[in-house]
Amino acid sequence: MDLELKEALSRQGIFTTTLEELYNWGRRSSVWPLTFGLACCAIEMIATSMARYDLARFGAEVFRPSPRQADLMIVAGTVTKKMAPQVVRLYNQMPEPKYVIAMGACAISGGPFKQGYNVLKGIDRYIPVDVHIPGCPPRPEALMDAFITLQKKIDAQSLTGADRPRHLNAEEPSEFIVPQYGAHDLEPPKNVKLWNIITKNIPNGPGTASDNEPRKD
Amino acid sequence: MEMIAPAAQELIPNNAAATGDDALLEISLGPHHPSTHGVFRMDVVLDGERVVKLKPVFGYLHRNHEKIAEGASYLASMPYTDRLDYIGSLTNNWAYALAVEKLAGIQIPERAEYIRVITAELTRLQNHASTIGFLTQEMGASGSPLMYSFREREKILDLFESLTGSRMMCNYMRFGGCRVDLPAGWLDQTRKVVADFPGFLDEFERLLEGNEILLARTQGVGVLSRELAIQAGVTGPILRASGVNYDIRKVDRYGIYDRFDFRVPLGEHGDVYDRYMVRMLEMRESLKILEQALRDIPSGPIMDTKTKIRGFRPKAGEAYGRIESPKGELGFFLISDGSPNPYRYRVRPPSLINLTVLEDMCLGSNVSDTIVIFGTIDIVLGEVDR
Repeated sequence: MDLELKEALSRQGIFTTTLEELYNWGRRSSVWPLTFGLACCAIEMIATSMARYDLARFGAEVFRPSPRQADLMIVAGTVTKKMAPQVVRLYNQMPEPKYVIAMGACAISGGPFKQGYNVLKGIDRYIPVDVHIPGCPPRPEALMDAFITLQKKIDAQSLTGADRPRHLNAEEPSEFIVPQYGAHDLEPPKNVKLWNIITKNIPNGPGTASDNEPRKD
Repeated sequence: MEMIAPAAQELIPNNAAATGDDALLEISLGPHHPSTHGVFRMDVVLDGERVVKLKPVFGYLHRNHEKIAEGASYLASMPYTDRLDYIGSLTNNWAYALAVEKLAGIQIPERAEYIRVITAELTRLQNHASTIGFLTQEMGASGSPLMYSFREREKILDLFESLTGSRMMCNYMRFGGCRVDLPAGWLDQTRKVVADFPGFLDEFERLLEGNEILLARTQGVGVLSRELAIQAGVTGPILRASGVNYDIRKVDRYGIYDRFDFRVPLGEHGDVYDRYMVRMLEMRESLKILEQALRDIPSGPIMDTKTKIRGFRPKAGEAYGRIESPKGELGFFLISDGSPNPYRYRVRPPSLINLTVLEDMCLGSNVSDTIVIFGTIDIVLGEVDR
């Protein structure tokens, strides 16, 4: 729409917008996170929702204990191999559109515990992550920055076209593989389809063909 | 009504006719549960609303702390101890530093001892404040009391941040002393926080103590007998709420705790209310210690000059260092074989050992009371699973 016309109309008290903008504005202004803490980062997540940092300013103060009522999962803490199936299952239970913030070093890559035998090296192996925030734990300001980043991301989403988000594309999956304990490790070790999107630009990286073959034990 | 799951049958030895209205129901509380303080699971068998069997399931946050520490140098384990009980990282630092100091026979300077006492008591204040906030949240007072607690907690976290550079993961103590000296004006800031803290406690007591709901939900609920508490090895505020006078600050007098005048609050009944009250009173005693320590703190070095922290190789031997952490007896057991990393590294976590009496406290109570009883144990899963 012509910007000058839009401004002229708004001076007359007539506000014009597109359905897309209105839809995105509504969604990004009332993101309901899941009450879901895994470890240390969860304490900072609680601190963010308290009076001093006041996450309510971004429309995200309604923490819901049930995944059916939430549309944002903040993976706040170390995901162990015992907990990973539950995290993915909770994500699958959330209704679309849904978003994920990986909070802290552990959720991104395993962090300081990466060398541990029981620690998952990043939750983005199993579920798509929208915003990563580094830190151990990230400060409340960092979590608020992640929120603002997520809001910008929601604002830029289009309702139609090839780059429309997953929830508007009937062919895209809304459920992801729930890993199970195998003989040695989690099976599968990663969601190959998802992992390839992240790593396709890294030459000989973890997303290349050889890496996708199952482990020979 | 075929409600009982096969697993529940096995859990109950003398299972009566599991049909009709007598049917037992097995439910799983957690690992995703709003009140389980992280990723903890209770497999509960219910007869109506009453708990007849409770099985705790751990391991959802097993981060291989001990195994990683056995492959790392003594210094490199210090930041990992922060992440054990992540509400009170400074007391964890102290317990580990104490164990290494015992192992290597290190004496620490006077000023460092005072700084350790001040930071540990501040940690106790913020831990107990947030525990009581979470406890009221679990009783259904959603939000407001926790906001009061976190308001005070933030003031103490500001002090930690200006001293150590981090709000939660302080990584501050070293074997032989502390990492950095106090910044300018820190003591005055701390004095101000300590002077204001009784106001918060008075406010909190005024809001909560006469509250009918709080009394009804806590008095006579989750009683832990003195005998069972001793037999199970329970420590910390829970043990003292059951009337046992056992505080490692008084028993061991580690550091310089013999110089301070403070009392150990004890409970009578061992119920949830006593555990709540013991924590409230302990905060007042911590304030007393803080006032004395802030008055007497000397100037001087903060590190033992003879200790070489990098390339640290204690001689072969073993040592157990323990302190009174906000949750109970936190101990580190180390075996050295003379190499740069410990041969065996073991944590004695108060949270895990206090959790062993959970079933005994919960049997016969309602599901809603189970959550409150669980809240008063005050566990942190980082420490339980390690």
